[in-house]
Amino acid sequence: MDSLAIILPEVILTVGGLVLLLVAAWAGDRSADLIGRVCAALLLIACIALEGIPQGAPAAFEGLYRADTFAGFAKILIFAATAVSILIAPRFFRADGPMRAEYPILMLFSAIGMSIMVSAGDLMTLYIGLELQSLAAYVLASFMRRDTRSAEAGLKYFVLGALASGILLYGISLLYGFTGTTLFNGVAASMRVEMSTGELFGLVFVLAGLAFKISAVPFHMWTPDVYEGAPTPVTAFFASAPKVAAIALTARVAIEALGPATDAWRQIVIFAALASIALGAVAAIGQTNIKRLLAYSSINNVGFALIGLAAGTEAGVAALMSYMAIYVVMTLGSFLCVLQMRDQHGRPVEDIASLSGLSRHQPRIALAFMIFMFSLAGIPPLLGFWAKFLVFDAAVAAGLFPLAVLGIALSVVGAFYYLKIIKTIYFDDPAPRFAPATSLTENGLIAVAALLVSPLGYLLVPSLAVATGRAAGALF
Amino acid sequence: MNALGFPILSIMLAVPLLGAMICLFAPGSEKRRAWRSRWVALASTLATFWLGVLLWARYEIGGPQWQFVEREPIFGRFEWAMGIDGIALMLIMLTVFLMPICIAASWKAIKDRVPEYMAAFLFMETLMIGVFTAQDLFLFYIFFEAGLIPMYLIIGIWGGKERIYASYKFFLYTLLGSVLMLIAMLWMAQEAGTTDIPTLMAYDFPPEAQIWLWLAFFASFAVKMPMWPVHTWLPDAHVQAPTAGSVILAGVLLKMGGYGFIRFSLPMFPEASAQLVWIIFGLSMVAVVYTSLVALVQQDMKKLIAYSSVAHMAFVTVGLFAFNRQGIEGAMIVMLSHGLVSGALFLCVGVIYDRLHTRDIDRYGGLSDNMPKYALLFMLFTMASVGLPGTSGFVGEFLALVGAYEANSWVAAVCTTGIILGAVYMLYLYWRIAFGTLDKPDAAGMKDISLREVLTLGPIAAVVMWMGVYPESFIAPIRDDVGVLLARIERANPPGDAALVMGAPPAAAESHAEPAH
Repeated sequence: MDSLAIILPEVILTVGGLVLLLVAAWAGDRSADLIGRVCAALLLIACIALEGIPQGAPAAFEGLYRADTFAGFAKILIFAATAVSILIAPRFFRADGPMRAEYPILMLFSAIGMSIMVSAGDLMTLYIGLELQSLAAYVLASFMRRDTRSAEAGLKYFVLGALASGILLYGISLLYGFTGTTLFNGVAASMRVEMSTGELFGLVFVLAGLAFKISAVPFHMWTPDVYEGAPTPVTAFFASAPKVAAIALTARVAIEALGPATDAWRQIVIFAALASIALGAVAAIGQTNIKRLLAYSSINNVGFALIGLAAGTEAGVAALMSYMAIYVVMTLGSFLCVLQMRDQHGRPVEDIASLSGLSRHQPRIALAFMIFMFSLAGIPPLLGFWAKFLVFDAAVAAGLFPLAVLGIALSVVGAFYYLKIIKTIYFDDPAPRFAPATSLTENGLIAVAALLVSPLGYLLVPSLAVATGRAAGALF
Repeated sequence: MNALGFPILSIMLAVPLLGAMICLFAPGSEKRRAWRSRWVALASTLATFWLGVLLWARYEIGGPQWQFVEREPIFGRFEWAMGIDGIALMLIMLTVFLMPICIAASWKAIKDRVPEYMAAFLFMETLMIGVFTAQDLFLFYIFFEAGLIPMYLIIGIWGGKERIYASYKFFLYTLLGSVLMLIAMLWMAQEAGTTDIPTLMAYDFPPEAQIWLWLAFFASFAVKMPMWPVHTWLPDAHVQAPTAGSVILAGVLLKMGGYGFIRFSLPMFPEASAQLVWIIFGLSMVAVVYTSLVALVQQDMKKLIAYSSVAHMAFVTVGLFAFNRQGIEGAMIVMLSHGLVSGALFLCVGVIYDRLHTRDIDRYGGLSDNMPKYALLFMLFTMASVGLPGTSGFVGEFLALVGAYEANSWVAAVCTTGIILGAVYMLYLYWRIAFGTLDKPDAAGMKDISLREVLTLGPIAAVVMWMGVYPESFIAPIRDDVGVLLARIERANPPGDAALVMGAPPAAAESHAEPAH
């Protein structure tokens, strides 16, 4: 009974999702709008239910499932990002044909999967959560069935995702074989006694599988294609909620299960971090499609977030979670701006060149776009700077000077392509106008996101520090 | 709080910011918004200037080192901490003095996207004042770095033909310099356990660490200053920026580098400063001679003045690292003087550029005939740039060189050639533009300067003369602060080669011969 109280948010979402599935089956696509709103409301209720979880005894089902402050913090981000991804969808899909009612429900199931991922206390729970999230995501990526790019994205995502799952499972089986348990605590206890070669291999395979999910270099290849092919609201979703879930999961596995082997995985994480930052920065320069560019930007940002993990300290994990919180706002804001890129007939355009001179036609959208771009580049006084500040602070505190210096120097390379977008919006001669941005929901969300990453966001820094500090404390 | 009973520094930051918001967001037709944002920008910069005057008037010379202190721990890891000493006060005065002039200079030159332009300038003013008032390490960094955004936009949107290249170069150069400083700051905050700048200025970092920290800060300030060989962004940025943008860039942004050396490098890392002084002296000597020669062959007026800025900034670095009072005070005066004079020279270029739309020196000539008032003012600023006694340039360069001579006579000797070369390129420029025959019909058709242009150049001319004739007004506020700085760095002061040395007692035989005279 206690266990059920602990998984109350997931229970709410599951029951709600199943009921809505039936509603969708009977009422058809006419009910899509209503279902979308109910899904968003359910996610909100789940957020509130998180507060009701009894503190102090956060493990359910004999340690298979954790509902500690770390999971709580990640879940709030996941649910909020999912809700936003649901709310911004209808207008996009209406551009060709009716909105399908399954979209919000699939999002909801994916959110349940992510919620299980961040709460996993056992390698099997981890895998179940990951697969539930992924299966929903594969379908979402190919949601526009008639669009070949979308179908290709779904297929590619599925094939490569299955490969990564295989690698992950192989790692899990190695860890199980050499430690005799799948519980995170048990793995850690066994590693603390003695670290065998088999365990080391298991660690490498598990991290490789997870690196695929967070799209860290060298397992990033799917990201640009999937981001480009998937419908834009789905891309916004991929870039936000699953990223948070996968990063939080990686942090939990690295600290709770593989904590005694920190020195072993730190070099892997450092390599992945620097490689992601470098590749994300360099490969983005030549892109002409805004969604592809943002895909490389997300690879780049994951690299910075991993610097916090590389520190391997409580402050490092707190920095990691702060980074993800700020990153979610910035990236959702950017994709909301991308959603406003529609030609006069309402069809979405994705060329960076079509943004030329946006500042003359739609100065407010242009201003918001500029704020997000400078923030992603980490230029103060925008909040994106604070995210980078925290991870570098953690790296310096852990004595990782070469990592900090290289990482921050590479961030200058990354700044170049964000500047390119701002240049296109502000300096270039106007291209044909976009259709006016009329959606109240989307404009409102853009305004909120822009305000959050503007200097005003610094007023939230102390509360963010408290929340992430408590979250990170749960892992140590 | 402070003697005034209200947080004047925060208000000085808020007034331009508020103006920027009004420019940016107030609705209306395009024409109406342009008209309104011009007046809002002028009003808010004048109000800030008035607050600056009040600040100077109430600044207590000989009082506590840090005045008008404000402290609000609202950001968790760092504070909203403000406060000024005399050095910051003088640089704030320079900023608030130049800003209304910049707005007035852009009154007619900018016709496109006026609200955004004015907002960018007002935002810039907030950030510049913020840099000079911040008393928290990270707050300083945020202001210091944030200045890149409006300047990038100013160069990129309202600049000349090559504006995009110049804006990228400006942004990425300065960003690369600054990020290394951030890593150093993070380490310092962890080592000292505080982000409070006054506390850090008295904290003794281990000498081995100082070297690395000094180099990291040097990377940032040397680019900002700019010092040879990382100065190459400056000519591009200056040439492409609109007139007022060049004025702010030369007038205030370059001074942030010098301010950084005074506020961080010297007091926080005195041992490293003493050990690495050869870098500063070496680069400055090259800069003075090399960039002066480069300035000599320029065909583009703005580029010439840009290279002369690099040469003048080298006087600042030499003076600062002379480790003595004359050097540091001289460097401060050079900074103030250069801020005014180079700003005024860019305005002078802007005046004729607005009429003929070219910066090519050969397109002009003989302007003293048809534009006598302009030629007079231009001459005054040329002389001030050369360092003629009676103008601000003389006071600063003289003091800085005296200081440098005490530290190292070779450095002083090389840098002094810079004054001669400076006279050569500035007089050559003036000769080609103002003298000669008025044989180019389009140049001959230009009208003399208007009342608005007199109002922009006149105040600068007055202050340049004031600083040249009675520099005490500007040295008095900084005297105590330079004293504190000297007391702090005295322990690391490297021995100079020009100090008086006791000679060996004369041999007995010679002393017999002595009375014969």
